Amino acid sequence: MLKEKVAVITGAGRGIGREIAKTFAGYGAKVVVNYNGSEANANELVAEITEAGGIACAYKADVSDFSEAEGLMKFAAEQYGRIDILVNNAGITRDNLMLGMKEEDFDQVIRVNLKGTFNCIRHVYRQMMKQRYGRIINMSSVVGMEGNAGQVNYAASKAGVIGITKSVAKELGSRGITANAIAPGFIKTDMTDALNDKQKAAMLDHISVKRLGEVSDVAETAAFLASDKASYITGQVIKVDGGMSL
Amino acid sequence: MFEKIKAIFEEQLGVSQDEMSLDTNFKDDLGVDSLDLYEIVMKMEDEFDVEIPAEELEDVATFEDVINYLKSKGVEE
Repeated sequence: MLKEKVAVITGAGRGIGREIAKTFAGYGAKVVVNYNGSEANANELVAEITEAGGIACAYKADVSDFSEAEGLMKFAAEQYGRIDILVNNAGITRDNLMLGMKEEDFDQVIRVNLKGTFNCIRHVYRQMMKQRYGRIINMSSVVGMEGNAGQVNYAASKAGVIGITKSVAKELGSRGITANAIAPGFIKTDMTDALNDKQKAAMLDHISVKRLGEVSDVAETAAFLASDKASYITGQVIKVDGGMSL
Repeated sequence: MFEKIKAIFEEQLGVSQDEMSLDTNFKDDLGVDSLDLYEIVMKMEDEFDVEIPAEELEDVATFEDVINYLKSKGVEE
């Protein structure tokens, strides 16, 4: 489905990003595994992909830093000659109720989740314009659409990502470039493992399909949006939440 | 240099070179939008081997402006 495509996936050392990288490589894409903190995980993932006959390499960059994001895109373009797919997945949480949320907690989450997305698109823009082809997939969240107590910063960043997605879709649609967002619900990752059993049970109550999401549920959606099959879909937010938000 | 620039515009916009003279205004006379201009700039960078930062193009409106700009960048022909 993604044969010969070149994909850059940010925050691909762990969680959803890791699964997206693995899935894309499985569909034939050449993958740049971006990481910031998770070097060992990223290298292990590259080894895993390579062993399975895929093509991948790891690159360290803090996407919240404008010039490091530029370095990432330059590396990818030099390494594989083009960039067909950008998945803005890198994200962090610093949860707290509004009353206790520090300025730094707010700024840091916005910097990585929202500005990181801007930085990466800003630096891939030229390459994709030149190719007259591109697939941009931004990781939003159901929280960005519905809000969540204790996640003012995260919700704001993920709502902002939707604004970026729709604007970029309008701006670049005429150049063969699509931009879509995925809004995962409750997916089993390190980020959600932090919740206790009672919290998890309460969440399950609201999920129509009565199970937690798997990272593969999100990765397969991303693969479809990244493929040529999705060329008429742009500016959309696809919820992958098992019906949680119904 | 003018010939090369005209060829780039023709390729990008599908407008005949007959409609281009030194004082032709891109926006008013050729209907160029900012994305077109951006792509044209990228092609000129390749053609003339220069780097053209977007913010330096704010005052560039005609072919004469482009030629003067490129000359200021050291492009000779």
